[in-house]
Amino acid sequence: MQMTGAQIFVECLRQEKVDLFFGYPGGVLLGIYDELYNCDVKHILTRHEQGAVHAADGYARSTGRVGVCLATSGPGATNLVTGIATAYMDSVPMVVFTGQVPTSAIGNDAFQEVDIVGITRPIVKHSYLVKDVLDLARTIKEAFHIASTGRPGPVLVDIPKDVIHAKCDFVYPDTVNIAGYKPNTTGHPGQIKKVVDYVRDARRPLLYVGGGVKSADANEELRQLAHTLRIPVTETLMGLGSIDGYDDLAIGMLGMHGCYAANMAVSDCDLIICVGARFDDRVTGKLSEFAKGAKVIHFDIDPSSISKSVYAHHPVVGDIKIVLGQLLEELQKHDIEELKKGHEEWIRQVAEWKEQFPLSYQQDGDVIKPQFVLETLSKMIKGKNVFVTTEVGQHQMWAAQFIQFEHPRKFITSGGLGTMGYGFPAAIGAAFANPDAIVIDVAGDGSIQMNIQEMMIAVQHKRNVKILILNNGFLGMVRQWQQLFFDRRYSSTDIEMQPDFVKLGEAYGATGLRTNKIDEVEGILKKMLETPGPVIVDIVTAREENVMPMVPAGASVRDMILTD
Amino acid sequence: MRHTISIIVENQFGVLSRVTGLFSGRGYNIESLTVAPQDDKNFSRITIVTTGDDAVVEQITKQLHKLINTLKVTDLTNEDHVERELMLVKISCNSTATRSEILQIMDIFRGKTVDVGMKSITIEVTGAEEKVNAFLDMVRPFGIKEMVRTGKVAMLRGQKPGI
Repeated sequence: MQMTGAQIFVECLRQEKVDLFFGYPGGVLLGIYDELYNCDVKHILTRHEQGAVHAADGYARSTGRVGVCLATSGPGATNLVTGIATAYMDSVPMVVFTGQVPTSAIGNDAFQEVDIVGITRPIVKHSYLVKDVLDLARTIKEAFHIASTGRPGPVLVDIPKDVIHAKCDFVYPDTVNIAGYKPNTTGHPGQIKKVVDYVRDARRPLLYVGGGVKSADANEELRQLAHTLRIPVTETLMGLGSIDGYDDLAIGMLGMHGCYAANMAVSDCDLIICVGARFDDRVTGKLSEFAKGAKVIHFDIDPSSISKSVYAHHPVVGDIKIVLGQLLEELQKHDIEELKKGHEEWIRQVAEWKEQFPLSYQQDGDVIKPQFVLETLSKMIKGKNVFVTTEVGQHQMWAAQFIQFEHPRKFITSGGLGTMGYGFPAAIGAAFANPDAIVIDVAGDGSIQMNIQEMMIAVQHKRNVKILILNNGFLGMVRQWQQLFFDRRYSSTDIEMQPDFVKLGEAYGATGLRTNKIDEVEGILKKMLETPGPVIVDIVTAREENVMPMVPAGASVRDMILTD
Repeated sequence: MRHTISIIVENQFGVLSRVTGLFSGRGYNIESLTVAPQDDKNFSRITIVTTGDDAVVEQITKQLHKLINTLKVTDLTNEDHVERELMLVKISCNSTATRSEILQIMDIFRGKTVDVGMKSITIEVTGAEEKVNAFLDMVRPFGIKEMVRTGKVAMLRGQKPGI
């Protein structure tokens, strides 16, 4: 059957079972937008292309399915760049469609022409410029396959206007065969076996867990592994929720703002079992000092992650869910008691560190401490279907520290790129994907102003999205660095003027709430959770509170600053 | 240390810029680069000479392999392999005596004359990089007007499977 490129586009989305996607129209996309009338794939019009790409990202992270967004050529496409880079750094499965000027005009500096394939080359897993409508269906099939398999990531498909309007027979391939792309999902049996030897030799093993566990939906395997061998688990920012935060083996986050116990455990362990993490510099601190006395086993789907910054004594390449399953099976052949010898003593040591220096803050006087707000929130959402997204800054780190996540995918945050303006559109994406859930964007007064325009779609579509602003009147994290390393010279971090967030919310048609009284915090959070639809909560907090502990950039994680 | 890396890629537009972009984006150096289609026109072979310690080169090969259009990446440096480079060099020669002297040197290096003019002679030399360099050193005193080198091409010896 003959179809136009636009019809093929829509049909491919249906074949990929895309129920909704986010986008913004423009000249070259008119054919596709017109075609949307004839299908049941829902398109959500955001107010900015950056909103669309972050929403697709939030959709993907909260579900594990491929997020999809669409933008027109030129400025529409360039507005996606930050969101694509965000998804790339955190390995989020996403297919990004952009419109392009007609093939005959490419290279002529035509109106709204930009080489978006060229611009995004370093920040995509792969990209395509579709020059012939005959290639369109196969390309889209490949794009979804590449985005969602192996180490997930964003794939860009650039479609020129004439391809959108040209016609051909529609054939959707059943399978994908790309000669150079065959991700290895099953771990090498010999390598799996050898892991057991490392465990047998270790007395102080540690599981160091990253976002790869979520990507592979391997949290149950991870829990089983930790409990079978009795190994404590520390998580990266991206890994939070991989193990229930209330689990007795869960230590919490490690790294620059990780807890004392986690960083001490990393420094003192004799075996690190890294699962789906990449030894980011925010985790390792000074590389030469990182886990000096430990052997390193590294499980990862991406061979290029292994020994990139920290040498892995023993690599295991494969899908985390599959390789952990293989390891659990292998363990059944061994004497578990022998393998976990000494571990209880080690667990006691870690517990002692936890008790000695727990995450803490001083709640003195009437000034609201941001940690108190999040600690209170954490108790209130325990056991409930709540997602938390964040912007980037102090509030993000406090959320990571003080909210206990029981399940994976419930904490959605921009880790690798640290994108301010990410959290709110991502919350909207998560809310569209999970209509029964409440999604809370923990925000700072700085970050929230970067994509506040998306409030309109939350209101329009009555999404259960709440913005919790911890308002200290500063770009807080930068201010903290200025305080510690630039002699309190707060250059351009005092926000000075800001909108009335309550009225701003109301102007969009949302509910606005505010407090600066400590005894009102619990009540206002309760009201936030109970009020249907979008709510913006402005909580005035201590001006100069710092995120602690802190490992100064470039220092060893042993050298934490514990308190102000 | 210098490494010679051989890469088989799908012969599609944009692939070369993905490969070179990977080097520039990660701060790796490219000393020479050659690329041309294979007998099967769907594939091309790229030969890259680069420098770096073992860890850097390991990352380079892993990252190259990660590119979707890459089929095979081989670091030939420590493997038994053959390598060649081709150079065209236009040498000044204003007298018959100079010309015959240049031709004598050329003979020793098994070069070929590809063009002769009143004031210059152009010679083709192929061989290992050291040989090409040695020839260049020999004729430099006559005056080099122009030159071009292909950069290294290389492949494994014998019946080793793969590339």
